Amino acid sequence: MAESPKFWLDRVSYVYEDGVQALRGVSLHIYSHQITAIFGPAGGGKSTLLRLLNRLNDLTPGRRLEGRVLLDGEDIYAPGVDVHALRRRVGMVFATPVPLPMSIRQNLTYGPEMAGVRQRARLDELVERSLQAAALWDEVKDRLDEPGIALSGGQQQRLCLARTLALEPDVILLDEPTSGLDPISTAKVEASLQDLKQRYTIVIVPHSVQQAARVADHAVFILQGELIEEGPGGSLFTHPRNRRTEDYVTGRFG
Amino acid sequence: MSRKLRQQLGFTLLSLSTIVVVLPILLLVGYIFVQGAPAISWEFVTGLPRDGMRAGGVWPAVVGTLLLTLGTAIFAVPVGVAVAIYLAEYARDTLFTRLIRLAIINLAGVPSVVYGLFGLGLFVIFLRFGTSILAGSLTLAIMTLPVIISTSEEALRTVPQSFRIVSLSLGTTQWQTIRRVILPQALPGVLTGIILGLERAAGETAPILFTVAAFFLPRLPNSIFDQTMALPYHLFVISTQVPGMPVRIQYGTALVLLTFVLSMNVLAAVTRSRFRRKRQW
Repeated sequence: MAESPKFWLDRVSYVYEDGVQALRGVSLHIYSHQITAIFGPAGGGKSTLLRLLNRLNDLTPGRRLEGRVLLDGEDIYAPGVDVHALRRRVGMVFATPVPLPMSIRQNLTYGPEMAGVRQRARLDELVERSLQAAALWDEVKDRLDEPGIALSGGQQQRLCLARTLALEPDVILLDEPTSGLDPISTAKVEASLQDLKQRYTIVIVPHSVQQAARVADHAVFILQGELIEEGPGGSLFTHPRNRRTEDYVTGRFG
Repeated sequence: MSRKLRQQLGFTLLSLSTIVVVLPILLLVGYIFVQGAPAISWEFVTGLPRDGMRAGGVWPAVVGTLLLTLGTAIFAVPVGVAVAIYLAEYARDTLFTRLIRLAIINLAGVPSVVYGLFGLGLFVIFLRFGTSILAGSLTLAIMTLPVIISTSEEALRTVPQSFRIVSLSLGTTQWQTIRRVILPQALPGVLTGIILGLERAAGETAPILFTVAAFFLPRLPNSIFDQTMALPYHLFVISTQVPGMPVRIQYGTALVLLTFVLSMNVLAAVTRSRFRRKRQW
C-alpha cells in the first residue's frame, strides 16, 4: 500500500530579498514515522528548506517562493491558512538551545497556553509527558520552577525538544539540534529521535554526514539549492548513485 | 620624556578629568543642602506660603509638581511605549518610519521654551483648556515623549532576536510574543526611560511658564482645569521676582525640588539593578 506523503514539495524555488537563490526547483516527498535527513554543505539551502515547512521564512522580508508546499495534501502557503496553527502542527528545534526567559515549566506550557489551553491538569500532563519523551523528566521533575537557563547545554536542548513536543505536533523539524552538544548529549538526543519517529514525522538537518548516516531513514542530499540525490539512509551513504553525492559523503569536499 | 612618565601623565590627566566631572555635582548638591537644610521643616514642606511668599511653606508647589508629573505620565507613558513597540517590533524600514524617527530625534532637540509657546498656542488658546494642569501636563508630555520612545525602543531592541523567533515558532502571535516574552524582558529599560523622562518634566520651568504655572496661588488646585504653583517656577519667582526674599527659603525650595528629582533618579537606578539581577540572558 502506497502511503501518501506528509509533506510534498512540488518544484519549490526560493529567492531571498538580496537575490540569493536558496532553492532551485526542489521536489521532495517526506513520509510519516521516519526520519528524513537533509544534508549537504553549509549555505546550500537546508535551513531554508526546513523553515519553509513551518513558514518561519515569513519572518524574512522580501521572500519569493515558487512551487507548492503541501502538508497532508493542503497547500500551506494558500491564502487563509492559519500560520500559528501550522507552526504548532510543525514544531521546530533550533541549533542553539534557547530556553525562553521563564521557568522550565513555563517554557513547556507557554505554547499550549497561548493556543488557548487553560486547564491546570491538562498543562501538568503535557509538561510531564513531553519531558518524559525528551528523556529529561527524571533530571528536572523536582526543579520545574527553576529558570530554563539554569540547565546544562544538553539539558537545555532536550528542554527545547520537550517544548516542541508539548505543542503536540505532527511534524518535528530539527535544525542541527546537536551542533553545540557533547557526544553523550548528542547520543541522548539521537536516541530520543528514534523513539519519537514512531509517533511523528521527523525532518532533521544533521550537523555532520556521520550523524546523517546514523539517524536517517531517508536521506536527501542538497547542493547549492538543488536536490542532487535522495534515497534510503542505508544505501545512500554506502552506494551513492551520483558522483557529487559520493564525493561529499566520502569527504572529498564540504 | 620616558614612556613611564608619559603613562603617568596620561593617567593623571584622565583622573583629573573624571574629578572635574564629579566635583560640580558634589558641590552643587552639597551647597544646596547646606544652604537649604535650615529652612526644611514639616511646616515648610506642608505649609501654605504667607507674606507674599516671604514666609510659610511650599505645599501648593509640591502638590502642583506631583500633579504635573502624574499628568505627564498619564499622557506620555502609554503613547510613548506604544510608539516604541511599533517602531521596534512592527515597523519595516520604510520612508514613512524613517520620517517618524527623524521627527522624534528633532522633537528631542526642540528647546523647552518653544514647547511652552507651542503648548500656549495649541492647548491653552486653540483647544481652550486655559492656563491649566491639563494644558501643562500635555505640554510636558509632548516634551517627554522622545525620551520615553527612544529609551523604550532601545530596551526592546536589546532583547535577543532568538526569543522572538523561538516564541513565534511555537505558534504564538506576534502580539503574544511581545506581551509575554519581549516586553517583560525590556521592562527595566522601559521603566528607566520613563522615570528619566518624567524627572526631566518635573524639573522644567519653561514649558509650564505659559501653560499652567501660577505666580502665587496659596491653595491647592480644584480640578485639572485649574492653575497650580509648581516647584521649578516657584523657585524662579522667589529668586528673581520677589524683593526682600529670605535666601533660606530660596535654597529650601531648591532642596525640595532637588530631593524630588534625585529620588526619582535613585528609583530608576534601583529598578534597573533589581531587574538586571533577575535577568536570564
